[in-house]
Amino acid sequence: MATTLSLKELSKKEDLFTHGHRMCSGCGAPIVVKQLLLASDYPIIASNATGCLEVSSCISEYTAWKIPWIHNAFENAAATISGVETMCRSLKKQGKIDKEIKFVAFGGDGGTYDIGFQSLSGAMERGHEMLYICYDNGAYMNTGIQRSSATPLGADTTTSPAGSVIKGKTQPRKNMTRIMAAHGIPYVAQASPAHWRDAVTKFRKALEIKGPKFINVLAPCNRGWRSSTDDAILLCRAAVDTCYWPLYEVEDGVTRINSIPKEKKPVEEFLKPQGRFKHLFAPGNEWLLKLFQEEVDREWERLKKEAQEAVSDKS
Amino acid sequence: MKPKGWKDLPPGSVITRPGSATEFKTGSWRTFRPVWVPENCIQCLFCWMYCPDMAIKVKDGKREEFDYDYCKGCGICARECPGKKGQKAIIMVEEGK
Repeated sequence: MATTLSLKELSKKEDLFTHGHRMCSGCGAPIVVKQLLLASDYPIIASNATGCLEVSSCISEYTAWKIPWIHNAFENAAATISGVETMCRSLKKQGKIDKEIKFVAFGGDGGTYDIGFQSLSGAMERGHEMLYICYDNGAYMNTGIQRSSATPLGADTTTSPAGSVIKGKTQPRKNMTRIMAAHGIPYVAQASPAHWRDAVTKFRKALEIKGPKFINVLAPCNRGWRSSTDDAILLCRAAVDTCYWPLYEVEDGVTRINSIPKEKKPVEEFLKPQGRFKHLFAPGNEWLLKLFQEEVDREWERLKKEAQEAVSDKS
Repeated sequence: MKPKGWKDLPPGSVITRPGSATEFKTGSWRTFRPVWVPENCIQCLFCWMYCPDMAIKVKDGKREEFDYDYCKGCGICARECPGKKGQKAIIMVEEGK
């Protein structure tokens, strides 16, 4: 019944997130939303944490959404959608609705990693029938590029400016996907819009699974990453090829890597086109670049080991 | 588009018209304009999938002209276009030239 996974077939579907939204030119977030809405053949109700996506898709009386959509506050996208889900469950019991509806919450990295974390963690623990999508652009881009706990090590932001005293953010980023996997929920994944087939498959799979789900999706922000407007997809691909953003899923506690790059590229490939990492390539800062690479390598090795153990456990 | 006062807006910020953003044209944001070269187009539809502004018209699984009312000119389509025999099917041209 589901639409065949080909661009030709998918393109025949209606755009449920319309043009006329006011995200910046070349933003990665609308691509993520588009891919999610294309993936689903079910009616969807979405909630949105405060963030770029919320403020620019719904301005005064103009909305880019053609699905029921609710914004409440910054910290409670997950709590809001869990309320909506509970309401629909009750209405179903009362026989007032009979449709199978899917519930999705969108949040940026600020609304997911930091501000919305408690409500997200709570909703996951309560086991609501929902999918939480984090579009991770690695800082508070909406308010003018302040650091968040998703900002990578060494990135220049307005609250971690690279200068003579500090060289951008001094701490590495928090691994949210792993934290969500530790909640023991049925499905956690990491996706990238450049690998559209992988992303759409994951969204689809997540919507089919019962219980709370979490997917972390990379969403480039050319304003904050200081890259050019046409770089979004290229950077997403580089992030996967360098293993900075490995594509993997944790289903019922079993880790599976979805894409192992043929040749793992040095992290420079991902960092070089971005102005926020410019200082990493300045003489004297080689140590920082090395530290970044070590960080990425360590996580990749750990992930590979985890996936291997999952395979050997099965056999 | 006529600006409205607060008395004209629905209470509780409820929007009763889904997809009303289409009334807001974002095409004027553009500095560079993508130009489609149909003879180099292999209809892979990558441009359609990666367009953040839903500004590529598709009919029956085939791409058509750009929707210049909404295209913000980011250039992702031109960058991702595989083209035919090394010839891109989308090229970016500066507006006003």
